Amino acid sequence: MPARLVRPGPGSFVATIPVDDRAITNRFGPHLSEMTAARLSTSVEPERLVKTHCCFCGQQCGIQLKVRDNEVIGFEPWEEFPFNRGMLCPKGVKRYLQGSHPDRLLTALQRDPSADGGFAPIAYADGIARAAAEIQRLQSAYGAGSIGVLGGASLTTEKTYLLGKFARVCLKTPFIDYNGRLCMVSAGAGNKKAFGIDRVTNPWADMIGTDVIWVAGSNVAECAPITTNYLWQAREHGARIIIQDPRLTPVARTCDLFLPVKPGRDAALFAGVLQIMIEHRWLDQRFIDAHTAGFDAVAAYCRGWPIEKTADVTGVPRRSIEQAAEMWATAPTGFLLHARGIEHHSNGVQNVLGSINLVLATGRLGRPHCGYGTIVGQANGQGGREHGQKCDQLPGLRDISNPEHRRYISGVWGIDEAALPGPGVDAYEMFRKIDAGEIKGLISICFNPKVSLPDNNFVTRCLEKLEFYTAIDFFLNDTARHADIVLPGSLHEEDEGTVTQVEGRIIKVNKAVDCPGDARQDWKIIQDLACALDRPHGFTFDEPRQIFEELRIASKGGVADYSGVTYEKIEREMGVFWPCYANDPRTGEPIADHPGTPRLFEPGSYNPIARGSGPFYFPDGRARFNLADYRVPVDDVGEEYPIFLTTGRVVSQFLSGTQTRRIGPLVKQYPEPRIEMHPRLAAELGIADRDWATAETRRGTITLRAMVVNTIRPDTIFIPYHWAGEKSANQLTVAAQDPISKIPQYKVCGCRVRKADGPPAYDAVLEPQQ
Amino acid sequence: MKPDHLRFFIDPSRCIGCQSCVQACTECDTHRGESMIHLEFIDRAASVQTVPVVCMHCDQPTCAEVCPADAIKRTADGVVQSARKPRCIACGNCVVACPFGVPEVHEERKLMMKCDMCYDRTSIGKKPMCATVCPSQALYYGTAEEIDRLRPMSTPSNRFQFGNQVITTRVFVMWPRGPVTLAVPLDITAPLADRAGADPFAHVEL
Repeated sequence: MPARLVRPGPGSFVATIPVDDRAITNRFGPHLSEMTAARLSTSVEPERLVKTHCCFCGQQCGIQLKVRDNEVIGFEPWEEFPFNRGMLCPKGVKRYLQGSHPDRLLTALQRDPSADGGFAPIAYADGIARAAAEIQRLQSAYGAGSIGVLGGASLTTEKTYLLGKFARVCLKTPFIDYNGRLCMVSAGAGNKKAFGIDRVTNPWADMIGTDVIWVAGSNVAECAPITTNYLWQAREHGARIIIQDPRLTPVARTCDLFLPVKPGRDAALFAGVLQIMIEHRWLDQRFIDAHTAGFDAVAAYCRGWPIEKTADVTGVPRRSIEQAAEMWATAPTGFLLHARGIEHHSNGVQNVLGSINLVLATGRLGRPHCGYGTIVGQANGQGGREHGQKCDQLPGLRDISNPEHRRYISGVWGIDEAALPGPGVDAYEMFRKIDAGEIKGLISICFNPKVSLPDNNFVTRCLEKLEFYTAIDFFLNDTARHADIVLPGSLHEEDEGTVTQVEGRIIKVNKAVDCPGDARQDWKIIQDLACALDRPHGFTFDEPRQIFEELRIASKGGVADYSGVTYEKIEREMGVFWPCYANDPRTGEPIADHPGTPRLFEPGSYNPIARGSGPFYFPDGRARFNLADYRVPVDDVGEEYPIFLTTGRVVSQFLSGTQTRRIGPLVKQYPEPRIEMHPRLAAELGIADRDWATAETRRGTITLRAMVVNTIRPDTIFIPYHWAGEKSANQLTVAAQDPISKIPQYKVCGCRVRKADGPPAYDAVLEPQQ
Repeated sequence: MKPDHLRFFIDPSRCIGCQSCVQACTECDTHRGESMIHLEFIDRAASVQTVPVVCMHCDQPTCAEVCPADAIKRTADGVVQSARKPRCIACGNCVVACPFGVPEVHEERKLMMKCDMCYDRTSIGKKPMCATVCPSQALYYGTAEEIDRLRPMSTPSNRFQFGNQVITTRVFVMWPRGPVTLAVPLDITAPLADRAGADPFAHVEL
């Protein structure tokens, strides 16, 4: 064992970053890539066009990458792909510039304070061997559960499946979770409670022809840009559009009704609206009677939300609430969408359930032009949560606490059910366990919690407590700076596999180029670790297709049944909606070519839970109204911290910026985070546009330039979260979590703001993206 | 020769300011990494409203008429080209004269560069980059029949009046179908922030 990995003694913090942050940045970036050489020359023709998808958000737009000399040199729109028909947001347009990047990790690295940038290149095999040795050492000293695994929802479904299996079968640890915890878990939990299945109910094409679309807490224009065209096409065909948001977002500018809700008050708004609907009998009583349960208890709760109280609590004008109820409920058809705006709350599941109650009360499911769904944020937000890297789930959306589910998956994996660990804990709780000394070693892939988790100065302190940390990534992300060993993983365009996008459509990502240098496809790295740990059984796949074939079997009979899906079928049909069965769930007979299920809950539809008793995934076939209780947010505004802080995205950046803060044209579009505030608030604080302003919460402070605009509530500020270090909005956010979904409350907390004395120290030394 | 039945349509009411058009313009082969179009934030302090500014490709281009160097040419199929490098003297006459605010002088190159409707693409039947990628389809390229089918609430127009000057263009702008009445008398020269009802948060007390 190399000397530097020997624990010097209790209390020593080995996972502290090896050298000064700035020295790491100088060596490993983020630096910017630009259009140069073959990417600019008109005389260079691509050798081939590879049909694949964008690597960023949950829309998963089809795109063709231009490839020459093992380099992606540009793109050509893929106009035949049905979801986006060639459309791309700026991230998609410039995605190809992440390849051939100066910051790309080309070797394994080990922490070495004497090396340039604090990390020294080592042979890949040595990196694997050292990681395996440390995992073994910790597990023999402290038990299997001393190792935690953090995955990500940008990985292909094959990788997420393998990672879940690796944690449970090879490492035998219950502690695996993923960054979807920060994204769609409130929606997932709400959907399961209401429908028994966790998926968007309808394809987006069903929006065209609907009469009303209600968008709750989604900045569609910046976070799901391609969905904009669906909204506008629906409007061209008669739909009215309701937007519920504390900011007047680009789609809100021309909407029919804007509900400027106070951050954290969404469940109250939904309850108040449902109360008006009940008072006016604007209900689909036949649907409620025939297909749902639990309406009466919800109606009783809503009686506590008369319009005056709703307006008072939510900050939405009374007239607007009345209009929303009428516009939504009296239309023949409707579609409700929501996203992180209502989900990123310690009351996130309740907010989701409140919105679902509006859908159920109007019977807007199981038919064209009606539907409901969350707009997932991450590439594989859907598929990445279905097949086993979520702490409480097994493949096929199975439950790790359900004995029957455990038996089935143990059988597929060839292990004794007793050896399969039970449920672990959510990603944030894993850091609390690191803090408490229970988890001592960490393996992470595709997750940058030092930027993306709330109250991230706590996360940094936890990283410093780890005895051993190995990170798999293609760039040295901000969290990986704490690693002992870094293993060079693969970019999206260097591997193939499946992803399940926002609509529940399984699509196929295709390989365009080989991994450069010593970099490896992530699934190979996981298998190499399993092999070095001397537990290779079940980790000897030769290609992603083989992993997918096993996943089909593992998902079979589960709610997320992929058994009828093949790579060929996905390519042929440009996507397949799950469930897609190999055997008829009714008869058990093999089905040659199941068409998949674009629209859920159609009348007469059969599912393996209801077994014909109804369209919903409960034994009685009925959907559930759930009490959607409003609770005041944790760390709400008060005398000391009187202004709401809310956080979110800008269109040109993605998540923690590991990729997009390295792409020159995207950085140029919105170089640095700014504090968005209303001119009335700015005037009260004596702050002018572009002034340096300091925002402070109970957890931290940040100094950024102000952006004074009247498109935000005057009692609220907004800061985008894509930046690291002193520019990281998550220094301020609160680690309060929803009790059911464990999603953090990113979208609201109390803060105070003042004009800064001058520019912050970082301004003189850091480039905008750093 | 550009297929005659394909047309360019702009609907600024759809624009979400994402800059996908501007980013994609740099990817068109002959643009060599430079964008020939731009996106206007009308008044960001007061509104999120943005407008993608692509060339309208006038039938009688004012930019060409005022050019002292005769550097701006219109092709037989109606596309007004970017300034010709050997002729352009970067005087900016076209910038001042264009009623749509399209041309921009690139100072470092001493050259006016503007949208050529991705001539290398459109001349062989492909769509321009910007209209292909535009996530809101504020920029659309297709046939008159397609736009009619896709946008039953809107109607295209390519005739504009600026003072006494009437201009017809190759590019169409989408308008609401039927008579348009404004809810309040609108002074379009007033700052957005001063217009009636402009602050959707007027009811919020601090």
